[in-house]
Amino acid sequence: MRSVAVVGFAQAPNVRRTTGTANGVEMLVPIAHELYAQTGLEKRDIGFFCSGSSDYIAGRAFSFVMAVDAIGAWPPINESHVEMDAAWALYEAWVKLQTGEIDTALVYGFGKSSGSDLRRVLSLQLDPYYLAPLWPDSVSLAALQCRLGLDAGKWGEKDMAEVVARSRADARSNPNAQLSGDPTADDLLGEPYLADPLRRHDCAPITDGAAGVVLVAGERANEIRDTPAWITGFEHRIDAQNLGARDLTTAPSASSAAVAAGVDGASVAELHAPFSHQELILREAMGLGGEVRINPSGGPLCANPMFAAGLIRIGEAARRVWDGDAAKVVAHATSGPCLQQNLVCVMEAG
Amino acid sequence: MSDAPMIVTPVRLDYEYSVSESETTFLTEVQRGRILGQRCPVCSKVYVPARASCPTDGVFLGEFVELPDRGIVTTFCVVNVPFLGQKIEPPYVAAYVLLDGADIAFQHLILGCPADEVRMGMKIEAVWKPEAEWTTSMENIDHFRPTGEPDADFETFSGHL
Repeated sequence: MRSVAVVGFAQAPNVRRTTGTANGVEMLVPIAHELYAQTGLEKRDIGFFCSGSSDYIAGRAFSFVMAVDAIGAWPPINESHVEMDAAWALYEAWVKLQTGEIDTALVYGFGKSSGSDLRRVLSLQLDPYYLAPLWPDSVSLAALQCRLGLDAGKWGEKDMAEVVARSRADARSNPNAQLSGDPTADDLLGEPYLADPLRRHDCAPITDGAAGVVLVAGERANEIRDTPAWITGFEHRIDAQNLGARDLTTAPSASSAAVAAGVDGASVAELHAPFSHQELILREAMGLGGEVRINPSGGPLCANPMFAAGLIRIGEAARRVWDGDAAKVVAHATSGPCLQQNLVCVMEAG
Repeated sequence: MSDAPMIVTPVRLDYEYSVSESETTFLTEVQRGRILGQRCPVCSKVYVPARASCPTDGVFLGEFVELPDRGIVTTFCVVNVPFLGQKIEPPYVAAYVLLDGADIAFQHLILGCPADEVRMGMKIEAVWKPEAEWTTSMENIDHFRPTGEPDADFETFSGHL
């Protein structure tokens, strides 16, 4: 395998609502410029651009083409897009780097989640014959999943509240976080239910945001970063689409992706769990013990820009390697309802 | 085929759509009868309508530039085919209009001469609706009409096609 490292990461401030357009240009222009400044690369040095976003979020066709305005497509650029979280765009870029066709890639994702009723928009990722016509919204489905785990004794509401309390506290040191604070688990358990058994804080906020990451192959990474975050394992797996066909209290695709990517020995993990109980599912599924620091950025419970939040996990985890905080880190991204699709990216120093 | 089982699953989503800050300025000004372009600080090209970024350079656009309501036809087509919702009796001309001082053309309607007399390089000017009808829309310009001045040389607009 060709050695590929994450050497640049930038994100827009995560906010409940931007005044910008649904094609993300206002958020993406500063991100591209920040990435160039961080890495010393220029537009002409980038061999491949790849983005992740969704027309369902934007409410218009080909919104990703409009987003190309943000990077400037002249002289002509090599560009691609996935209708998934940009963590999967990063996977595409990594595969392209493996082919040897390119040596550098800039990956970005964006989502103006506030443009519509997000819970309903996400219903349309369900099977169109049996599930989507019933309009089960994303929060209600997660609540059903949570209830199954509570009834099975797999976790308790206090465990969930502790996830939220830790996330909010960690987010205080993240200037881009949408939510932060220092509530105790007991404070949180005193809050009313939003979709029983989920309280509002158990659900990721609705976030407008965007992010970008730069990948570089080979020795050049050492010229950009003292300690590049080398990708040493990268896998994505999918569980059955039909929600009735799988045990929702587990995430087998996250387990197998974690094993294949080789997460053992990591000291930090950034997990894309948009609901508090899903972090508990992922920790167990991915074999992440108490010694692994989870979501030091505050995680998606404090900022969850659609189609960028998974990419942000990779960027935040890579940052721990650059800063010397961790020698081996795990980043995870999810897509689909109830942790259906899972991507695991393992990065290491040197 | 005809007895295949069918299901109907209506989908409805409502969206709030924002225009960019540049477009907001453009639309606010067009309501007052002014056409604003915006210049790229890197390539100096003037985009009209004003827009968020330069798609060539990937930077936010800079100063606003007020443009005249006259220019030329760069390229055009004669609409001969009737279609549902058509507001004008064919044949008529949909043209790319390049305002004097702008670097990008926009589509608009050409009236005031027979359709078969419209030419590349033809000089045109805006015919505005009555001021009382102006809104935040380019429809404030009802159409463009020929000025009768000599055509622009092809070389002067060949880079804008």
